[in-house]
Amino acid sequence: MRNLIFAALVSIFSVFSTLAIAAGPSSKLDTVDIDLTDKASLQRGAHTFVNYCLSCHGASLMRYNRMAKDLGLTDDQVTENLMFATDKIGDTMQIAMRAEDAKRWFGVVPPDLSVIARARGTNWLYTYLRTFYLDESRPMGTNNLAFKDVGMPHVLWEQQGYQAIDEDGHLSVEQEGALTPRQYDMMSRDLVNFLAYISEPSKLQRLALGKWVLLYLAIFFVIALALKKAYWKDVH
Amino acid sequence: MSDTIDTGKRRFLTAAASVVGGAGAVAVAIPFVSSIAPSAKAEAAGAPVQIDISQLEPGQLLTVEWRGKPVWIFRRSEEILNALTTLNDELRDPQSEQTQQPEYAQNETRSIRKEVMVMVGICTHLGCSPTYRPEIAPEDLGANWKGGFFCPCHGSRFDLAGRVFQGVPAPSNLVVPPYHFQGDNVVIVGEDAQGAA
Amino acid sequence: MSMMDWIDARFPATKMWKEHLSEYYAPKNFNFWYYFGSLALLILVLQIVTGIFLTMNYKPDAELAFASVEYIMRDVEWGWLIRYLHSTGASAFFVVIYLHMFRGLMYGSYKQPRELIWIFGMLLYVVLMAEAFMGYLLPWGQMSYWGAQVIISLFGALPVIGEDLALWIRGDYVVADATLNRFFAMHVIALPIVLLGLVAAHILALHEVGSNNPDGVEIKKNKDANGKPVDGIPFHPYYTVKDLVGVVVFLFIFSLVLFYMPEFGGWFLEKDNFIPADPLKTPEHIVPLWYFTPFYAILRAVPDKLFGVIAMGLAIVVLFLLPWLDRSRTRSIRYRGPYFRIALVVFVISFLALGYLGTQPATFLYTLMAQIFTVLYFAFFLLMPIYTKFDKDKPVPERVTTK
Repeated sequence: MRNLIFAALVSIFSVFSTLAIAAGPSSKLDTVDIDLTDKASLQRGAHTFVNYCLSCHGASLMRYNRMAKDLGLTDDQVTENLMFATDKIGDTMQIAMRAEDAKRWFGVVPPDLSVIARARGTNWLYTYLRTFYLDESRPMGTNNLAFKDVGMPHVLWEQQGYQAIDEDGHLSVEQEGALTPRQYDMMSRDLVNFLAYISEPSKLQRLALGKWVLLYLAIFFVIALALKKAYWKDVH
Repeated sequence: MSDTIDTGKRRFLTAAASVVGGAGAVAVAIPFVSSIAPSAKAEAAGAPVQIDISQLEPGQLLTVEWRGKPVWIFRRSEEILNALTTLNDELRDPQSEQTQQPEYAQNETRSIRKEVMVMVGICTHLGCSPTYRPEIAPEDLGANWKGGFFCPCHGSRFDLAGRVFQGVPAPSNLVVPPYHFQGDNVVIVGEDAQGAA
Repeated sequence: MSMMDWIDARFPATKMWKEHLSEYYAPKNFNFWYYFGSLALLILVLQIVTGIFLTMNYKPDAELAFASVEYIMRDVEWGWLIRYLHSTGASAFFVVIYLHMFRGLMYGSYKQPRELIWIFGMLLYVVLMAEAFMGYLLPWGQMSYWGAQVIISLFGALPVIGEDLALWIRGDYVVADATLNRFFAMHVIALPIVLLGLVAAHILALHEVGSNNPDGVEIKKNKDANGKPVDGIPFHPYYTVKDLVGVVVFLFIFSLVLFYMPEFGGWFLEKDNFIPADPLKTPEHIVPLWYFTPFYAILRAVPDKLFGVIAMGLAIVVLFLLPWLDRSRTRSIRYRGPYFRIALVVFVISFLALGYLGTQPATFLYTLMAQIFTVLYFAFFLLMPIYTKFDKDKPVPERVTTK
């Protein structure tokens, strides 16, 4: 009976944990395989982020010095290569653009990207970065498959080039960019990796600590069970 | 109840569970205790500050904020420096033997450069900020006053090197923060020359 | 004279220790389902301690709240752990409480003479729901905001006073800074005090009448020469060491979630709650917290705003009446007849189904299903006086049984 209950609980548990709440766009997303331990990838992503995103999107909850530490960079490296908006290494990644200007230029205030990877998911971000296409009906001339009628222009067009859409919704290269599609995918992946990192900087710490906590509890379990049995010997 | 109770085993297991459980409890307490320490935000706000002192005249006092505390930067004239050496008998700790300053400021003037004084402007008694009283022998401070800092809260007196006088409530000299110079005219407060403090 | 004598002459320390632990006789046949009471207590302590430390850094201000939570997650040393303990603890609380309540249902723990234990427990459940609901507004994400908006609007359904009442609860025309601030006050001080008082009442009532057990046998009926129940064992050390095992197993599962899936697929921390609250933009799909979804489904199943709210309220009120709806003399499911057994299975299925439907969009089919399960949910209670009276219960043994 006990095993049965336990099995039932385990199955409920696993069903729920995999059954993510269905939300968001109906269009199918490309999957991206990110790796938070890949510091080279995170550094490349950081580079892309500060050069292409940080002029409009802040990451106002993320501190430069924390990033330096987690990405294996020195404070000086970050100050010289990745810090344009401030000269204080302890500052957060904020932007100079005023919200009302942004509203006038893009129609919306570009969202802060500190926790965007947790709000949207990495697959969505990856798809979003890769599916800009030409659309003359839009003020910026481009549209996006993951984010319909997005206000943001295709910032990475020099790298990716421009894509056109056919009636079936398939994208094809219209104008080549400086990167090959494979290189552009890698660039997008690195950027998504970085966004995932800034959305939860303590994640690696969390995963690393988890093992030890579980190990401790496993050992404690053995002792607690032996203790219980020693006492319960005289209960008949 | 059976009479074959192995009390030794029970005692051992109780002790083992207490030790292991206690160690776990201590481990759990660590994150909670350390969460109260200054956060990354507070540390960032308490980062070293740079001050340009090229405009600082002799006898002039500049107050800057570092970690929320007033830090005095004061340029001493020749006369002030000469007066400092005459006070030793009236001071509690004229040689700055207590560690109220970094090693590089443990000298007669309690500074890296004789003429530039850098000091945390907080009285070592109960945390008020003393006032700068450069005048010689004012009425309220007496004929022996050669210029210095006077704490309005409880009357503690310090000379122009931040050294405490005898017979006042403050127990020790004013604190010299870690600092260093960058070139001739820039002081960086909050950081030793070799790295972060 | 020993130190303990000195204290005992002034404070009943030893007396309390004996009454509630070393000489509190609990039935010796507790099974798996009897772990959840002590686990609920553990989580209560966990929530209070982590809550205190979160309060030190959280800012109940509409402009600052969202960022202050992320500040805890990043800038405060170990803040992420404390926050995840609290957020995972909230869901764990309801998991444990639901299992605890189900245990009561199965073994008739609400029946005479334990009606007040059940009533205090139900009050705890209601206050806990309020506590969780108000706590969930504090991160000030989109789900926090719109969840609160929807729930508070329910009060607007009440006739005459409804709209004014909702306005009064919010303190503004929409959920706003004032709402956040007062919910914070309720969440961190008012409701926790009530919870602690109710927990004390719940445990005192339990220790007054003694614990039920899986056989539903009253152990106080069989006492030995010393007046101790023959089938009882002192809570301490027997159940303290047994519950310790339960605690460790629970913490293992809890840590598994906390360290490896704190969002739990969006059920414990929802994706939309990583977007700051925006009063001008509703998320596409609002889902209440998973532990409210059965009642949310009942609300939506009724095609009338006022009656929907009433149905939802009754779904909880009817639980309070359980001790008087059950007319059987048998407590435990082990000796109950087929009617009750079937009814309980149907009830559990209905509750889980409603819980699932509450997370889904209200399509025609789903609404129809929600209506069917709502009827079944209420049927379990309203027909109970009939089917328990005519049920063919089996004879209950004199003594508790052990494997």
